[in-house]
Amino acid sequence: MIQALSINRVPIDEVGVQERAARLASRSIKKASKVEALRLALSMIDLTTLSGQDTPGKVKQLCYKASHLHDHLPGLPRVAAVCVYPTQVATARKALEGTGVLTASVATAFPSGQAPLKVKLEDTRFAVEEGAQEVDMVISRGKFLQGRYREVFDEIVAVKEACGKAHLKVILETGELSTLDNVRMASDLAMHAGADFIKTSTGKISPAATLPVTLVMLEAIRDFYLQTGKKVGMKPAGGISAAKQSIQYLVMLRETLGQDWLNKDLFRFGASRLANDILMQIEKQQTGVYSSADYFSLD
Amino acid sequence: MTEHSSPLTFDTSWQYAPAPESADHISLKSRYGLFIDGKFRKPRSGKYFDTINPANEEKLAEVAEADAADVEAAVKAARRAYDKYWSKLKPAERGKYVYRIARMIQEKAREFAVIESLDGGKPIRESKSVDIPLAAAHFFYYAGWADKLAYAFPGRDPRPLGVAGQIIPWNFPLLMAAWKLAPALACGNTVLLKPAETTPLTALKLAELIQEADLPPGVVNILTGAGETGAAIVRQPGIDKIAFTGSTEVGKIIQKAVAGTHKKLTLELGGKAANIVLEDAPIDQAVEGIVNGIYFNQGHVCCAGSRLFVQEGVAGEVIQKLKTRMQTLIVGDPLDKNTDIGAINSRTQLETIESYLKIGQEEGASMYQPAYPLPEKGYWCRPTLFTDTAQSHRITQEEIFGPVLAVQTFRTLEEVVAKANNTPYGLSAGVWTDKGAKIFGLTQQLRAGVIWANTYNKFDPTAPFGGYKESGFGREGGLHGLEAYLQL
Repeated sequence: MIQALSINRVPIDEVGVQERAARLASRSIKKASKVEALRLALSMIDLTTLSGQDTPGKVKQLCYKASHLHDHLPGLPRVAAVCVYPTQVATARKALEGTGVLTASVATAFPSGQAPLKVKLEDTRFAVEEGAQEVDMVISRGKFLQGRYREVFDEIVAVKEACGKAHLKVILETGELSTLDNVRMASDLAMHAGADFIKTSTGKISPAATLPVTLVMLEAIRDFYLQTGKKVGMKPAGGISAAKQSIQYLVMLRETLGQDWLNKDLFRFGASRLANDILMQIEKQQTGVYSSADYFSLD
Repeated sequence: MTEHSSPLTFDTSWQYAPAPESADHISLKSRYGLFIDGKFRKPRSGKYFDTINPANEEKLAEVAEADAADVEAAVKAARRAYDKYWSKLKPAERGKYVYRIARMIQEKAREFAVIESLDGGKPIRESKSVDIPLAAAHFFYYAGWADKLAYAFPGRDPRPLGVAGQIIPWNFPLLMAAWKLAPALACGNTVLLKPAETTPLTALKLAELIQEADLPPGVVNILTGAGETGAAIVRQPGIDKIAFTGSTEVGKIIQKAVAGTHKKLTLELGGKAANIVLEDAPIDQAVEGIVNGIYFNQGHVCCAGSRLFVQEGVAGEVIQKLKTRMQTLIVGDPLDKNTDIGAINSRTQLETIESYLKIGQEEGASMYQPAYPLPEKGYWCRPTLFTDTAQSHRITQEEIFGPVLAVQTFRTLEEVVAKANNTPYGLSAGVWTDKGAKIFGLTQQLRAGVIWANTYNKFDPTAPFGGYKESGFGREGGLHGLEAYLQL
């Protein structure tokens, strides 16, 4: 039990998690079931650009792509959101107006989180004032590994408050947490502190999202739901670039949390390259042949 | 864990489409004879019986029924092969033959897997990832021992026994054949093997493979038939060793029949394993291990974790999670790649299981089964959970050999050790805890041949397998598995 927090440490057996994840990944998804999964995955993507090189021009291109994924294929869903740095939020929000695609912003000294709380809160408020509808924050991994859980918890609470109406996704950066016990612990801590979503990674650290880590987080979400009745969302991010991988994540989601989570309100993919591979697969299912990658726009 | 919310819904709008494994590539004859002295022969009696697909009750092939005369002919062939070739062959050459069988099983793995699932009802996922690779692994492992037996037993003089009669069950047909054949051949014995009457096909395909591998005729003889054929093998005076895997009831009959003869005997019989979950266990992984422990291969596993003991502090959570997990098990077509639980092996076995479901309810236990639909034809049983059970219930005492789990709760480690050991069986057990010291403490006290910690139903050719008490005697696998086929 963590001092002054009613969170129990839940032990995780890493070998068992890996076996279960591998078993779920071996489900064979074919034909109509595959197309349905691909369309669902597409609708769950947070199209992401998080680079020091980002400019309004680049962000506008990405936003256009968000609602025009591949106009040759009619009836495609839109992606869920476009995710950018705080300085690009205003541009993105304007470009996405009327499309139904949400504007998400990273904040809290992304990706390291190595800044004073005051700065993190200022960063968050700025993003929200610029028009961010969703905020992706990072936890202080250093403090977490020091065992200063209370401070990590309080930071999340403070950022959640600074978000106001914006939805809060809490990035655990599981690649820096070292063990699955820590992943579970951080998931529980973030949910109790008010996270609307928990998210694996910044995409700047390897390993980013993996199936075993995602399974541990989905099971934490399930237990939190059964204890509190509150449905928290999940966002694996980084390293998911193939359509086939996205289907494996959806299988895991379906068999761990079931129907209520199979939508973009409770599940997202943080990815920049995934969309095009899914589009290529959907087109292949319709035409029977693969197109060259050059038939899909690179925004 | 207290539950505030409505349960999770797994009847989702997005469903998996059927993903059947192709069966076009397999070759099956419509009728199989007896494999004696390197050739397929007609049975003396002229009698054949059908082997059917338990998932749709359709006939797959006819197989010969061997009688005492056929058994005698096979024993003569095995003796001749032993005297003439096999006992005179250099051990390294013997090893080469065994390696060749291993490699050829790997080459034909896909065909073996499909036939195993067709004939026995087990999910193709399991035939492909467990049965066939493990069968090949056993031949590989024992092939390596063939010319190293003197090093396995230093200071002794290991010699083969002669002719071995081996009788195997229907739950892992090819794998059990491998467990029996590989050590016997590597140690220099010749063999007479009888597969179970409901699952003879992969053994007969193995006979074809052995022909193709050019083993000297008579080294391996494979005779199909039911209990009478098995009894004829046990009675045959020309046999030096009987190895049997199957029910405790039949094992006792065999032990009586062999008493007072020169025949050596090993028995691998039933089980009613305790799978023990302590309150500090990793619960989600334990739930997965419970599912794997009892629903693997439809529960047709002698070492199945059929008695679950949960410490009271986590009993509510474990049972709730187990029920949730059971809802996502996929029961149906064994050849579908997504199937988790296939068909029950035979109508007889289904009737046995169903009688226990009735007994459990009459005894006052609470039964839970997920509600999904079952195919119309074939033999099916939903995964089943009994709570509110006691040591005095028949469903916690007797081996059901089906997907039926009896759950009991306990308070202290002393209590669970006493209850876990309070059974005529002693084949296997499982322990789930985050504390290494508790694992060692419990494994010291549990009287079972195999104990898994934080996992279940893991098999490896290097690990000895076998039981205490009415679960039998002798070990298969590992160095210990050699002893059963050697004079030392």
